[in-house]
Amino acid sequence: MNELATRLAARYGARGWHDQRADLATIVLDADRLRDALAYLRDQEGYRHLSFATAIDNIERGVFTLVYTLRSHDKGHSLIVHADIDRQKPVVDSIHLLWAQAWTYQREMKEWYGIDFPGSPRVDEEFVLEGWEGPPMMRRDFDSLAYSDATYAERPGRATSDPARHMKEQLYPEAAE
Amino acid sequence: MKKEKLRVIPPAERANPDLESGKYLLMWQGPQHPGITGNMSLKLIVEGDSVVDCETHVGYLHRGFEKLMERRLWMQNFPLVCRIAVPEPDFNEYCYAAALEELAGIQIPDKAVWLRTLSLEMIRLASFLMWIGGQAGAFGHGTIIQWSVTMRDYVLDLFEELSGGRIYHMYIIPGGVRGDVPAGFFKHVLEIMDTVQKNLDDIELVMFHNVVFKMRAEGLGYIPADWVDHYGITGPNARAAGVARDLRKDLGYLAYPRLDFKTIVGQKSDAYERARLRLLEMYQCIDLIRQIVDQCPKDGPFREKLPNPLYWKIPAGETYVAAECTRGEYGFYVASDGSDKPRRVAVRGPSYTHAVAVMERLARGVNIADVAGLMVSLHTYPPEIER
Repeated sequence: MNELATRLAARYGARGWHDQRADLATIVLDADRLRDALAYLRDQEGYRHLSFATAIDNIERGVFTLVYTLRSHDKGHSLIVHADIDRQKPVVDSIHLLWAQAWTYQREMKEWYGIDFPGSPRVDEEFVLEGWEGPPMMRRDFDSLAYSDATYAERPGRATSDPARHMKEQLYPEAAE
Repeated sequence: MKKEKLRVIPPAERANPDLESGKYLLMWQGPQHPGITGNMSLKLIVEGDSVVDCETHVGYLHRGFEKLMERRLWMQNFPLVCRIAVPEPDFNEYCYAAALEELAGIQIPDKAVWLRTLSLEMIRLASFLMWIGGQAGAFGHGTIIQWSVTMRDYVLDLFEELSGGRIYHMYIIPGGVRGDVPAGFFKHVLEIMDTVQKNLDDIELVMFHNVVFKMRAEGLGYIPADWVDHYGITGPNARAAGVARDLRKDLGYLAYPRLDFKTIVGQKSDAYERARLRLLEMYQCIDLIRQIVDQCPKDGPFREKLPNPLYWKIPAGETYVAAECTRGEYGFYVASDGSDKPRRVAVRGPSYTHAVAVMERLARGVNIADVAGLMVSLHTYPPEIER
């Protein structure tokens, strides 16, 4: 697979090839060459199957890391392609013309992270969060617990506690926070 | 001749009907509707009794699993992951457990490999049994579901005996499986498999030779082979189109390389072919379960010792672990930043593709009475779309 890494590096500036398993590798690309690289992988290298696409909020670095997982059934190999985009200006090229189901993933990323994919069908429509008015909920700076406490009233008689904390207090009282 | 005429490919472009013209009717099928799979809905625009446009609406079952997982310890996520695909929770358990083991560098004992394979094949059979009842019911065939759900209950009895749980088992955990097989369990498995097989023979006779089922299912929801890569179609929906892809063979995980089975493929992926292929896969399941019972080590450890789960930190890294579930490629992408909680867990469920992009296209031009049958023939579970 190193030949593929060399070709991707020469054509698209790909870097950081890492073999996670014999049948799975990861690689990093620049976001502005992402769509071309994915099209090349699909058409020229046999990675024709898009398993899924998602994002990770790397808030410490101020970026969203996009995750595209492709599979070549002929080679029996999967490739995870990463690309960082600026958290303040999260816009990236749409790949809905490459794979016919990709727009659903992009619609999800728009709703969950606020990442925009201009031109992607129905990208601004609500996906799973109907009537949601809060910030994109998968961002790391969205605290779901604080949101719930602020939004919903306490129900009397329903005390809750974090089981992990409870077990630590029970088993290791000296070490519990 | 007639079949060829029926096997139409729906247009790629969406229609743009003028709802004010009085020619069309907008109607919702779901979320509370017997002709829908789970908690989702279809927004249909119909002209006469033909569907002109279809939109899938999800979100009725969104529980924020992926967000919740980022707040919980690695081990605390187990009661969450199994709820992502309710009728077959074991694939979630396996993918999540295997991803953690890979990142943490844990090898599981051979007996656990076999017991995991057994658990996955048993839940595959149970899920298919539920599906075939739904498929028959969608075409007005109420008897089959009474038989098949009874058979599914027998398989759930086995899970209760094995794990204590009928629906959610949490049997597959990192390091292996939660417990050894109880005394006499394998004997019960073989007895139940004999019962289920006899019932499948009856189902085959009553359902697949029934003229109503044949007439309505043949040609319905035809998926050409070239859609498979374009739409990311996997599992029986792809195999019925003649694309021989089965991750059990292709990835060779767990004990599958040591089992004797062939990938079953069809020729034309319409509702009838998909149903027939799934029936054959149910027989294959029974055969695999018998092989597993025969070859599974009778003693030896079933679980590797794990670190203290309250203080378990997994080294930084990422992986994607996939398995072949009843509907196709089921996968977990897990990223760790070296802490005691996941950085990101993303679930890849086959319904994500089949119930949205594929369903919306296949519904165009379908008779409204066949929408339910088409939907079930794609075998979709909404929870894995919404997570």
